[in-house]
Amino acid sequence: MLYAILSTFVLAALAPWVHQQAGRHSGWVLALLPAGLFLYFARFLPAINAGEVVVLVTPWMPGLDIQLSFLVDGLSLLFALLISGIGFFIVSYAGRYLEKSRDLGRFYVLILSFMGSMLGLVLADNLVAMFVFWELTSVTSYLLIGYNHEDLKARKAALQGLIVTVAGGLALLAGIVMLAIAGGSYELSEILNSGDAVREHALYLPLLILILLGAFTKSAQVPFHFWLPNAMAAPTPVSAYLHSATMVKAGVYLLARLNPSLGGTEVWFTVLALFGAATMFTGVFLAFRSTGIKSVLAYSTVMALGTLTMLIGIGTETALLAAMAFLLAHSLYKGALFLVAGILDHEAGAKDFLQTGGLRAALPVTSAFAILAALSLGGIVPLFGFVAKELMLESVLGAPGWVPLLALLAIASAILGVAVAAIVGIRPWFGKRVEMPKQPHEAPPALIAGPAVLASLGLIFGLGPGLAEGGILAAAARAVNGGEPVDAYLSLWHGLNWPLAISTVALVLGLLLYRHWDRARAALAWMETAAKYGPERAYDWMMDGVVRVSEWQTRLLQSGYLRYYIMFIILTTAAMVGMTARIHGVSVGPLHLDDLRFYELTIVSVMVASALFAVLSRSRLAAVAALGSFGFTVALMFVMFSAADVGITQILVETLTVILLVLVLFRLPGFLGLSSRWIKLRDASVALAAGGMITLLLISTHNARGFDSIAWYFIEESVPSGYGRNIVNVILVDFRALDTLGEIFVLALAAVGVYAMIRFRAEDKKS
Amino acid sequence: MNMQSLILRTAGHFLLPLLLLFSLFLLFRGHNEPGGGFIAGLVAAAAVVLYLFSMDIDAARRVLRVDPRSLLGSGMLLAVLSGVPGIFRGQPFFTAQWWEITVPGLGMVKLSSVLLFDIGVYLVVIGAVLTIMLTLAEAED
Repeated sequence: MLYAILSTFVLAALAPWVHQQAGRHSGWVLALLPAGLFLYFARFLPAINAGEVVVLVTPWMPGLDIQLSFLVDGLSLLFALLISGIGFFIVSYAGRYLEKSRDLGRFYVLILSFMGSMLGLVLADNLVAMFVFWELTSVTSYLLIGYNHEDLKARKAALQGLIVTVAGGLALLAGIVMLAIAGGSYELSEILNSGDAVREHALYLPLLILILLGAFTKSAQVPFHFWLPNAMAAPTPVSAYLHSATMVKAGVYLLARLNPSLGGTEVWFTVLALFGAATMFTGVFLAFRSTGIKSVLAYSTVMALGTLTMLIGIGTETALLAAMAFLLAHSLYKGALFLVAGILDHEAGAKDFLQTGGLRAALPVTSAFAILAALSLGGIVPLFGFVAKELMLESVLGAPGWVPLLALLAIASAILGVAVAAIVGIRPWFGKRVEMPKQPHEAPPALIAGPAVLASLGLIFGLGPGLAEGGILAAAARAVNGGEPVDAYLSLWHGLNWPLAISTVALVLGLLLYRHWDRARAALAWMETAAKYGPERAYDWMMDGVVRVSEWQTRLLQSGYLRYYIMFIILTTAAMVGMTARIHGVSVGPLHLDDLRFYELTIVSVMVASALFAVLSRSRLAAVAALGSFGFTVALMFVMFSAADVGITQILVETLTVILLVLVLFRLPGFLGLSSRWIKLRDASVALAAGGMITLLLISTHNARGFDSIAWYFIEESVPSGYGRNIVNVILVDFRALDTLGEIFVLALAAVGVYAMIRFRAEDKKS
Repeated sequence: MNMQSLILRTAGHFLLPLLLLFSLFLLFRGHNEPGGGFIAGLVAAAAVVLYLFSMDIDAARRVLRVDPRSLLGSGMLLAVLSGVPGIFRGQPFFTAQWWEITVPGLGMVKLSSVLLFDIGVYLVVIGAVLTIMLTLAEAED
């Protein structure tokens, strides 16, 4: 399992090379991996359908109890199959679709990395591992939305998607830490069995809110839905893959995954059902109002995500099965439709439904599968979308509360859904032939394969719902239900009941709405103005605020004057040490001044004198010399306390420092009295405060002996385990070699820094 | 920079090899007596700086033969690599390894990854100090 996921990242790293070698057919070559993964995951099917749950553990960071463990049950397997299965078509499709793009190699890297992250996300059993993959999908999504990085709009949309999902990710991180505390484990497989403990835990409400924030931002629920349509700036295969079939469903996956341990409470039902229903209606309404091909599809994806959230919130067994069926149906038809949108763009240059019409003759095969997928989108007999929608309506009518409101929204969404399906399935293909930017012609096989297979599966599963149910959906619903089989079934014909009546009414009214699409849009034109005050406005306002605050604080802190930086650093240190001292109390014990030797006193007086001289001197050279003499007396101190090595080092460093200062000295202007008396007083008090603080600290540490000195260990172990009598050196190169490595690294960096600073400035001057 | 002091020039000529030899002495005895890579590196750097003062930059660069920045890099590399052998024995990174080799004519010589590490420190220190010094000295003109 680990290798299955790692293989995608390895292939991602090799992708540009493979692309160079395979050239025009690189898409097919690279698509072999998702195909292989699909077969690999499919091998789990019999065991999972028999009710097994497979947990595979690989140690990752044993010291932190973080394992790379994987959980394979119906839910994760359903997602894994969707990701690898649709991934196969996406990769092969992209190879042809982006054939002319010079960055195709980079595209492969990103899309394969995304695939690996997404697989990791849905298969991870460890919460930390899941979170890492979660964030990886956000990052790869960012890079993929911004694929056309020369386009300002794409960059802006990418950043927006990143900020919204990563902000949610941050909340999610806090949420899963709390979940691990409440559930007593970081392993999902254990948390899912301790649902009652989690639900009764004091942290339940905060952790629920945080996790929902993560899931809602990722799955574009109201009021975070705005980033998804903007994300359509990505190339179409990306929209098809990330922003409809897989990534945006990660939030839904999380909700479904955690349903056994978080679900079943009043809050869970109310929040999920209401937000889900609101998202469902908002999505389909905005889809109906849009005319851009991709934005209609994007908004109808928002609708699907809302529906899924609502169904998980309702949480009855029928609803859970409905959620799984809807998930599968949506992935199939929406994947197909996005790929068709790509074909329309690629083969006919159409980006807007208003520019299309009568294309059936020019693209007979594409249009057939597009219509098939659109029928599923509209929930029309005998497609799988119909089966899922019937079950959805049935769940809504059987919800544990809020039935009238939920039913109203569901019916309205069903009507608008039919209208949207008609826009997608009728508008481009039938009617009068419209003049196209390109001469439309049928797409090549690589582009048609995806829509064909996905749309046909929608028909097959519609005619034989048992195939999908027995194949995976029953196992998936069981996983969401906490391991108990659900008492519900999928069927094309449920008898004459309310859902069927609603569907029929929706079909009639939806088609009617479609007939008057143009007039309805005109009537809704005022919404354009209203939309400017939507959540996206809040986002823009927040981003502007961030920029303004950072400008303000940069101006405040980054003055560009070295003296202020030093002052900030010294004052912060002094304040923190002082605060710690205040909180913990400092004992300035007896100072044993009576055994002070004469020579010690002399050395200290020399130190004080040279320090004072360095401060007061009016000559720079004299100040440097005074600092040097200060340093040499410090070295003398070291020697007195029998630290020969440190003393020698100090002397050598002092020598070199003086030489260094001499080298730069004469480049500096002479001393000028620029500081006012007030500034001098300020600097003096900063210096005195810092010095006083350090003195206090040293005196108190001298008297405080909370622990046994570590020195004895080194003294005893130096010869037996370090084979050296020079303890300082043994510590430096053996016991604490890693520290020394860090230090010489800093030294090297400093040297490179000085080199770069001086050299590049010299070059600047020359040019 | 060229101060043209005869005494300094003569002294620089003679002191350079002596000081370099002394730095090697400090480096190799460092494990048992005061010394070690850091101190030895500073001494060696000081020797070259003295030479730089007595002659000029070009002469200092010539006597070094290599760019001090390469010393910096190779020193870092050596220091990091010295931590590797332990891994092959299943021990944590940077576990000290000791080998005793009998060299004809010299008797038994103790070699260790620790010594390699110290040599790495030595090279980095020389490289860092001389990179800074030579760049600063060159920036004067």
